[in-house]
Amino acid sequence: MVMDVALGEVTDGGNVVHDSRPLAIEARGLVKGFDGMLAVDGVDLAVPEGAIYGILGPNGAGKTTTIRMLLGIIDPDDGVRRIFGHDRPHDIARLIGYLPEERGLYPAMKAYEAIAFMGALRGVSLAEGKRRGRELLEEHGLGDAADKQIRQLSKGMAQTVQLLGTLVHRPKLVVFDEPFSGLDAINQGKLERLIRTLAEDGTTVIFSTHVIAHAERLCEGVAIIAGGKVPYAGSVDEARDRIPAQVRLETHADDGSWRTALPRDARREGGFWYFSLPESGIEPLLRALIEGEAGILSLSIERAGLHDAFVHIAGEAPARALDADAAADRN
Amino acid sequence: MDDPTAKSRLSIWQAAFVIARRDFAAILFSRAFLFFLLGPLFPIVVGGLAGGIGSQVQQQTSTSEIGVALSAGETRQLLAAREALVESLGPALPELARLEDVTSAEDAKAYLEARRGNYAAILTGSLAEPMLTGPRAQVDTWRGRIALLASTARAETPVSLPEIATQTVATSGASQRSDRVRTAQAGQVLLFLLIMLLAGMVLSNLVEEKGNKIIEVLAAAIPMDAVFLGKLFAMLGVSFVGITVWGLTGAAVMGFGGYQAQALTEPAVGWPLFFLFGMLYFAMGYLLLGSLFLAIGSMAKTVREVQTLSMPVTMLQLLVFFLASYAMARPGSTVELVAAIFPLSSPFAMLARAAQLEAIWPHLLALAWQAFAVAIFVKAGAALFRRRVMQSGPNSKRRRWRRGKARAA
Repeated sequence: MVMDVALGEVTDGGNVVHDSRPLAIEARGLVKGFDGMLAVDGVDLAVPEGAIYGILGPNGAGKTTTIRMLLGIIDPDDGVRRIFGHDRPHDIARLIGYLPEERGLYPAMKAYEAIAFMGALRGVSLAEGKRRGRELLEEHGLGDAADKQIRQLSKGMAQTVQLLGTLVHRPKLVVFDEPFSGLDAINQGKLERLIRTLAEDGTTVIFSTHVIAHAERLCEGVAIIAGGKVPYAGSVDEARDRIPAQVRLETHADDGSWRTALPRDARREGGFWYFSLPESGIEPLLRALIEGEAGILSLSIERAGLHDAFVHIAGEAPARALDADAAADRN
Repeated sequence: MDDPTAKSRLSIWQAAFVIARRDFAAILFSRAFLFFLLGPLFPIVVGGLAGGIGSQVQQQTSTSEIGVALSAGETRQLLAAREALVESLGPALPELARLEDVTSAEDAKAYLEARRGNYAAILTGSLAEPMLTGPRAQVDTWRGRIALLASTARAETPVSLPEIATQTVATSGASQRSDRVRTAQAGQVLLFLLIMLLAGMVLSNLVEEKGNKIIEVLAAAIPMDAVFLGKLFAMLGVSFVGITVWGLTGAAVMGFGGYQAQALTEPAVGWPLFFLFGMLYFAMGYLLLGSLFLAIGSMAKTVREVQTLSMPVTMLQLLVFFLASYAMARPGSTVELVAAIFPLSSPFAMLARAAQLEAIWPHLLALAWQAFAVAIFVKAGAALFRRRVMQSGPNSKRRRWRRGKARAA
């Protein structure tokens, strides 16, 4: 059954999202427990078609379980999920590409055969899959490895082969679980470019990560997940806007009537004043500073980053766990 | 315009074919398969060698020679009588050897107790009053034949046996029934051995899959039922390759060696149909046991665990085989009906029936029933796998109710 596509206004993690695009993924109240422990507790998601969407959270937060439920690998204990309007993701398997967190290929298969096999699982004929497999390997600089067995490839190369196998059937939705894990900086850059290219071609890309930088650089929408719950799901901009921008002010005068115009949280550090941008905006403040003869030497407004937003939304403990995971990845 | 997000997936059979094709090729072109093919030849060679050596040793150690301690004249008469009878009675008669240093029954007893010579027994006394000394079993074995020889030796005119005219019939009711039971037995044993030997292959299959972590990729793309079906049919295909290779090798060895298989009586349904049913019942028995093994394999983390978990199933299969064997001699009985209905014993029981009874329709019915049982077993195996390994599966009633309510809202 194809459901009516929600247009204009969709709820996403309790937030209202204004978007005119139909939804590639919609999840409401997903719940999953293992051995009496709740791994995912009421997750809501709405990912518009063509978006790059990140699921951001530390290890063990419920990212993989959420993805496995979305793809129909496991069934939720409660809640509904729809991919392109279908309740059963297997019904549209040909439209989906999936790279699991735990990479796996048959060691005795040749690289191009592995890609063809993954294509065959999604409905590409074996001959066509083999042809596309060679093409993809060539395009990604692995032409020489096409006839090598997976067991003869380096870990990074094998990972790339699996990634290409995820794309061989030209899916409309690609789901990557921790795709940057285990990749060196150069390959991370290549993967970022690939994700952008996919989105430019109209493919919806959803990936999980515990590295905020990737989400910040790539995603238009994120779901922040911690302890199995999603306290925020929406656009990256809105997440950052949840924390008031920080103002840095440098004045000629040390004191004067203008000081009363500064917000209560203003603090002085190293010759600068720091404070949150007032809700009334910057103009009334500027006027008060000028009228109070503060003698403005410099004034800058810094918007909060996604990391700050994560700390603000999820709390300090998940943020620390996230930082620790990212640091472990780098090492 | 076509909806680009309309249903698009492989059917369960297409998906199973993708899995089966990969597994079949991977197994067939692996070194392990070569060893697997050679595997059954080792016990045959070892068994043959052991049997040959054993029978040689037996021949060397066992004896059918009787020591003769009669007077010289009577000994000659006895040897002549043996000469006259051996043409008709052949190996039923004992070898005779003259014993010089024994003169009485006491001597004979002492001779044997001293473990001298290599005689089954010693004949003393006279032809009129022969005395046979030896261990109980040997005395019981030879006394009648020695009496025949002694009586022939004492006869005044030479023995002339009448020429017996013969005529043969292909079979009799009793002999046909017993011969067909032999055919049924042979079919059952072969079926059991092949299934047990080959179904074991599927055991470690999913363990390997989990080791490769590829199961996640498979589970995301196709239903678990298709993964199960594909693996089962791949193994079935591999089994048929094995059976073909072994069959052809066996035939070639027999052909070159000039051996002839001991003829079995034609089964009730005829040889062509019997072979066809044999193949079909092998397939069904294999799929049934294979799906059990596959479910077990999917739950185990290591090959060692697989072996431990599969032990009860192997024992169950043995019991089932015994049931089918017991039922074989009682066609039409309740026991046979039970054996034919219980899915795991049904292939064995029905193959035995094909050897003994001519009706075809029960086989069609049984095959349909077995196919249905295979479907149930595969479904249950896949569900078990999803629940235990993928940690997914049906929700509790309460949750399903809540979900239904949410949907309705």
